Amino acid sequence: MLASENLSFSYAGGAALRFPDMALPQGEVLLLHGASGSGKSTLLALCCALLGGAVGKLEVAGQDVLALVGSERDAWRGRTVGFLPQRLHLSESLTVRGNLALVFFAAGLPEDPTKINAALHALGVREFAERRPSELSGGQAQRVALARAVLLTPKIILADEPTASLDDEAASQAIALLLQAAHSCGASLVMATHDGRVKQALESAQHVFLQNLSQIGQSPAKNMRGVL
Amino acid sequence: MKNIVSIFSYASRMLLARPGAALLNALLIALGVATMTVLLLVSTQMERSFERDLAGVDVVVGAKGSPLQMILAGVLHVDVPAGNIPLAAAQELAKDPRVKRLIPLSLGDSFEGARIVGTTVDYLSLYQAKMNEGQIWSQPMQAVVGADLAEKLPINAVFAGSHGLGGGGELHGKAKYTVVGQLQRCGCVLDRLILTSTESVWQVHEKEIALDEVDKRALQEEREITFGLIQYASPLAAVSFPRFVNSSTDLQAAAPAIEITRLFRMVGVGTQVLQAFAAVLLAVAAISLLMSLTQALRERRGDLAMLRMLGASPGKVAGLLLFETLILALAGWVIGVLLGHLLTSLIGYLLAQEKSLLVSGALWLPQELLLLAGVLVLSVLAVAWPLRQAYRLDVLKQLQTR
Repeated sequence: MLASENLSFSYAGGAALRFPDMALPQGEVLLLHGASGSGKSTLLALCCALLGGAVGKLEVAGQDVLALVGSERDAWRGRTVGFLPQRLHLSESLTVRGNLALVFFAAGLPEDPTKINAALHALGVREFAERRPSELSGGQAQRVALARAVLLTPKIILADEPTASLDDEAASQAIALLLQAAHSCGASLVMATHDGRVKQALESAQHVFLQNLSQIGQSPAKNMRGVL
Repeated sequence: MKNIVSIFSYASRMLLARPGAALLNALLIALGVATMTVLLLVSTQMERSFERDLAGVDVVVGAKGSPLQMILAGVLHVDVPAGNIPLAAAQELAKDPRVKRLIPLSLGDSFEGARIVGTTVDYLSLYQAKMNEGQIWSQPMQAVVGADLAEKLPINAVFAGSHGLGGGGELHGKAKYTVVGQLQRCGCVLDRLILTSTESVWQVHEKEIALDEVDKRALQEEREITFGLIQYASPLAAVSFPRFVNSSTDLQAAAPAIEITRLFRMVGVGTQVLQAFAAVLLAVAAISLLMSLTQALRERRGDLAMLRMLGASPGKVAGLLLFETLILALAGWVIGVLLGHLLTSLIGYLLAQEKSLLVSGALWLPQELLLLAGVLVLSVLAVAWPLRQAYRLDVLKQLQTR
């Protein structure tokens, strides 16, 4: 499902990141550990073909991601990857249902109300379908974001610090939901985190530890724009 | 096509989520478009109306005064004449070999604001007027009315003119007119006139003024007309005839083409000021669009980054914002054009009350589509920079921004 060999990525300024080789079978969970600036988000961005310019081998869901170019990358990402960001980015301009419908729009697919209803039902937020995100609690909003991530039955789910701003109980629920959602659609789950609670809860998962970039001497945020 | 419908649908939803800002932008565009539309409609109709009314009249002769006033009073019937000229002097000019035809006009009376014009049937043929009902006058005190007056003055209606052209003057109750004909609408000055023979106008005043038969005969010898509309026998006459009239007679000659050009030059300054005003309004609308989209982009960067994450291409994200702008521009144009036509109708109504020029809000011009093209181009140019920013959105950075 996810395999990388000699994967490295260079920022526009010249600083390079070398990632450890990975091999994640279908349906398994992988945790990316590392402090801020260690390249966790960069690796996630490479995995979903948001960033180009990497060297080495990176295969996700049977696709050589580094071989994708231009709009192929967007189209592939829309149909293959589910993404749960740390900040949920639910559009306030739309209702919960509208936010889910946006997935079809972004992926260039015809809107499917049945799938939307099923996802809302599965995540227990169907009754909030016509509400705006601001009218939801934090937990409800995260369920909606997760429904959005699994709506198109992705082959891989990428989650970026999903528990960072949650208390212990909510974090535990979020992890359980993520695992359940990934399991229900048979997707692999790659989670970037530096949250010890996640590490503890998912001890049986694969763990990849990234070296802090400060050792290489460059922060990724500084030059990310140039390679997008 | 499906993609366009889909982007259009989402762009509409995004706009409706911020109705206040969207309405303000659309209204700003609409104000500029409305001003442009009014200018376009009024100036086009004025030009067309002048062209129609002045067609076939090479020169106008009348009492000495302002030549522009002569044209406004004698051809367009929107001003009052400076005075009358002796009938004999006009008849003398009609004999000039350079003159093909002289159509006499006698003004001075009106009925409820509509001018009563004493003339000959040549005046009707000048505008190729056709009868809608009844017939042309065959004897004095018979009148033919223009289309605007058909309802007020049906066939066989009897009415008395009042002194003066503005209405409300002394009533000439001793000499009443009978309507014998109604003209078809010609879209020209005849639509708002009451036409009769020149003799009728003379009779009305002679009956009122003459004390006895001797007095009446004396008045007949001093008969006057107000204007003579002249058609040249040859275009070459334009070189010498006006100068001849102005220097060798007590009359004045005014060439409509020259005077109207002068009028447009004078009015043109005002028109240009209004055009500049409309351009300023559109520029303000463009700046407002730019600010609004920049603000929206700032507020929605995270949402747009998420859209990219969900599979939308940079072009699709920029296209979404572009469509929002185009929808606003289109809405502003639609509101502006409708408002412009409404205002023009109002101006037309007010002018009609004054028995002045015919201006209609129901006229649709192809230039209004050019205005749409202009508004769309201006809007796209205004938002080009935010669109570029949306296209080059730093997705990873935006998704990580708290």
